[in-house]
Amino acid sequence: MTKQQALYKYLLRLGDNPLILGHRLSEWCSRGPILEEDLALTNIALDNIGRAQAFLKYAAEVEGLGKTADDLAYKRDERSFYNNLIAELPIGDFAYTIARQLLIAVFEQLQFTDLSKSSNETIAGIAAKSLKEVRYHVAHARDWCYRLGKGTEESHNRLQRAFNELWMYTGELFEMYDEDVILVFDGVAGDLNTLKIQYYDAVQKILNDSNIQIPVVDYMQTGSRKGIHTEYLGHILAEMQYLQRAYPDATW
Amino acid sequence: MVNTQLHTRDSILQILSVICDPEIPVVSIQEMGILRDVIVHDNVCEIIITPTYTGCPAMGIIEADIQSTLHHAGIDEVKVTTVYTPAWTTDWMTESTKEKLQKFGIAAPVHSHCMDWSKPEQHAVICPLCHAEDTQIISHFGSTACKALYKCNVCKEPFDYFKCH
Repeated sequence: MTKQQALYKYLLRLGDNPLILGHRLSEWCSRGPILEEDLALTNIALDNIGRAQAFLKYAAEVEGLGKTADDLAYKRDERSFYNNLIAELPIGDFAYTIARQLLIAVFEQLQFTDLSKSSNETIAGIAAKSLKEVRYHVAHARDWCYRLGKGTEESHNRLQRAFNELWMYTGELFEMYDEDVILVFDGVAGDLNTLKIQYYDAVQKILNDSNIQIPVVDYMQTGSRKGIHTEYLGHILAEMQYLQRAYPDATW
Repeated sequence: MVNTQLHTRDSILQILSVICDPEIPVVSIQEMGILRDVIVHDNVCEIIITPTYTGCPAMGIIEADIQSTLHHAGIDEVKVTTVYTPAWTTDWMTESTKEKLQKFGIAAPVHSHCMDWSKPEQHAVICPLCHAEDTQIISHFGSTACKALYKCNVCKEPFDYFKCH
């Protein structure tokens, strides 16, 4: 793997996560439990799509084949997507969506704090920009965890169940792959291992404050760094890419 | 070709000063800090903009407005470049811009750096309608990504607050 290939794949990872999560969150549009929450989730979806655009645009430049961010989003196959599995899981119920938001947003806050010091100026710039937005995402998910966790027996049980189901997808966030090794050496990417303790500390504190038990799992899901996904990603892409596949380069 | 005799950085900034923020028509994109710079190259006029939020849907409209405004002024070769560094901040808004927001009914950002992110609602946000200090947050996410939704406990009206960023 050359440095250019490493950077390209790393940027796809940074772009695919918000692209797929943003797509998932947009499924809440008009279905939020209250109007304000509908707006909140779709606002967060928009932040994600915006970040995906920025990273995929840069990925296309690095690839150097004259593609655009849209080409990478709409004309790539499932096995070339590198988003973490947790981002592609169905939205589930509201507690499940909130639990996923917390697990991802806390990670992203640490990751972008780190990447805002990247030796790559473009990555550092997008990271610094995203960090401001992600802080709101953390606050949003955390406040809902408190309310659901300490709410009714029903809301508490649903949130607990969501964390129990999602916990095994958190290990993958920290997996270091070929591209990480190359890019960490140059100070482009951060060492994900160094974020792990902080991450679980931060999440556990919020779960404790929400009366939620820390799930115990003996297995962590893996695959996305190799482009191996759950059955759900194909369905997302079928919907998201349909128009550009059926009518290539169609414009409004 | 850009006629560099006719069009300088300052004159182009002057032409662009008429473009308003599509979501907040009382302030220009310059006052908002979205329009960062103009670089007059030999064959193209490059306009540097920076988004308030990465996913701001108004950016497409702003780019189209820049293109059409400059085309009307006789500048055909226009390139709009989006930059993320330095990251846009509400600190770039001048006091007069904040006053315009207030008059339009949007509470202006109080500050950005000293924000306690864990509890944004702790800071007193003054109602832009009746100027009461007794207000409460309804949602951190309002009608657009850059605004939060507040309610005034005195006049009971809901209002937008431009989030510190």
